Amino acid sequence: MTRILATAAVEFRIALRNRWVAIAIAMMALFSVVLSAAGSAPTGALGADRLSVTVASLTSLAVYLVPLVALLMSFDGVAGEVERGTLPLLLTYPVTRSEVLAGKLLAHLGVLGLAVLVGYAIAAAAAIAVEPAAVQGLPALWRLMWSSALLGAAFLCLGYALSALARRPAGAAGLAIALWLVMIVLYDLGLLAAVVADGGGWFTTQVFPWLLLANPADAFRLFNLAASEATAAAAGIGGAANAIPAWQALTSVLAWPLLALALAVAAFRRVTP
Amino acid sequence: MTYNLEIADLTKTFGDVHALSDVSLAVAPGERVALLGHNGAGKSTLMKIVLGLVPHDAGKVSVMGAVPGSTAARRSVAYLPENVAFHPALTGQEQIAYYLRLRGLPAAGATDLLARVGLADAARRRIGTYSKGMRQRVGLAQALIGAPGLLVLDEPTSGLDPVSRRDFYALLDGLAAEGASILLSSHALTEVEARTDRLVILSAGCVVTDGALADLRRQADLPVHLHVTARDGHREQLAAALPGARMNGTGVALSCAQRDKLGILARIAGLGDMVADIDVQPPSLEDIYSHFSRRDGQ
Repeated sequence: MTRILATAAVEFRIALRNRWVAIAIAMMALFSVVLSAAGSAPTGALGADRLSVTVASLTSLAVYLVPLVALLMSFDGVAGEVERGTLPLLLTYPVTRSEVLAGKLLAHLGVLGLAVLVGYAIAAAAAIAVEPAAVQGLPALWRLMWSSALLGAAFLCLGYALSALARRPAGAAGLAIALWLVMIVLYDLGLLAAVVADGGGWFTTQVFPWLLLANPADAFRLFNLAASEATAAAAGIGGAANAIPAWQALTSVLAWPLLALALAVAAFRRVTP
Repeated sequence: MTYNLEIADLTKTFGDVHALSDVSLAVAPGERVALLGHNGAGKSTLMKIVLGLVPHDAGKVSVMGAVPGSTAARRSVAYLPENVAFHPALTGQEQIAYYLRLRGLPAAGATDLLARVGLADAARRRIGTYSKGMRQRVGLAQALIGAPGLLVLDEPTSGLDPVSRRDFYALLDGLAAEGASILLSSHALTEVEARTDRLVILSAGCVVTDGALADLRRQADLPVHLHVTARDGHREQLAAALPGARMNGTGVALSCAQRDKLGILARIAGLGDMVADIDVQPPSLEDIYSHFSRRDGQ
């Protein structure tokens, strides 16, 4: 545990000096402010409090931003050490590879958590300032916060796995961007096209829900929207949220970080310094 | 006798390349062993196998009685890689503190370690601003952590100025005196000759010789060069008196085998007035090194 904490402390310091902390916080804060400003139109017609509506918007934002920031921070995790030549020395210390990854994960998750906290707090403060009754939406915001951390953890670990597979920062960066595009953007588009082509048939009713659960980003969105009253205000995928129980989405959101961490450790073990 | 490092019939191939073939080597507690060889002779590979970074194909390696790379082995082995690197955003102090914590020691020891390698003043500056020699010293400082039983140092003095080199070897002497085994690699025989107990020369993955410098000298049996300065006008006479001698500017030059040296010196002394001076040049360290490391026609 000392070794994990020592690694986390060093990695956090590096993230601070590399301006990653500042960049991540600024990004989340900026998008939250924009979102709050855009969502300040009257919401009475939806029958939900303002904060719940904000949470629904933040969910759509987090689905894009949290994985992106996570991958940007993690792609260098193993490949950077290989490139700098710091890995051989580190691995002669009495520290296991899983401890090294756990330390990095802890630090990067801390940075991401900080960014999410600041961003969401700004949005929440804006909503409550306009409409004091919006405090009803705080549980939804809290749920969004910890599920965002889990989503971030999943993509941080996927980033480490890619980093270990690529062994070069440039290659790892390419893979990370490709992963983001495929899992966050193209995956949903593909599913949408398939659902449209299927026209409500076997694919839509039997396979589609499972495919949504298989993607951590979709599972995250489903979990937050299914649990929220303001589903109707959210994206088109909200319709699917009614068909999938929240506990299934939560299981996927919880399972992905563990699965991704196992993948990352397995990939890191194959790296010969 | 127990050895801190024991290697027997170690073999490692990368594809078709035989990086190491049947290498056997042992380092006793308190012993300083230099590993010499050309680039690509297998020095770094051997070290990485000892550290457990690279797996080996055949043979037996025992590090402090444990399997290389095992937790027990890593606890008591220190390593200084060739061209050691650190994260440029950390200060020397932070980097050493991290390594201390990885070994389960208090981070406060960093100041003292950096002072031992002469980096007390730069401890709070980022490593990104350090010169190569300073980075090398950070590398040395981390190798000193926690009184290791075996130090594996890959070209430890590269980038260090002559004074720093001397300080570095003084540090090593101290560690060896406390019972640490030291295995270091180098290109330069001149540098390690007085500072190590034994030399192991690797060539194309094979140990070509292993012993103290005196043993190596004997084994190589390279000719001794003599230069005899003649008194004015006696050069031709001198050359005639000494078979095999070649005339040059001030006298004659000749070479002889080690065992004939004393006989020839006696003969030259017997020439009396013809001789102004005698200069004896034993084979240089470079000659000995080349003799061993070029056996394979390199």
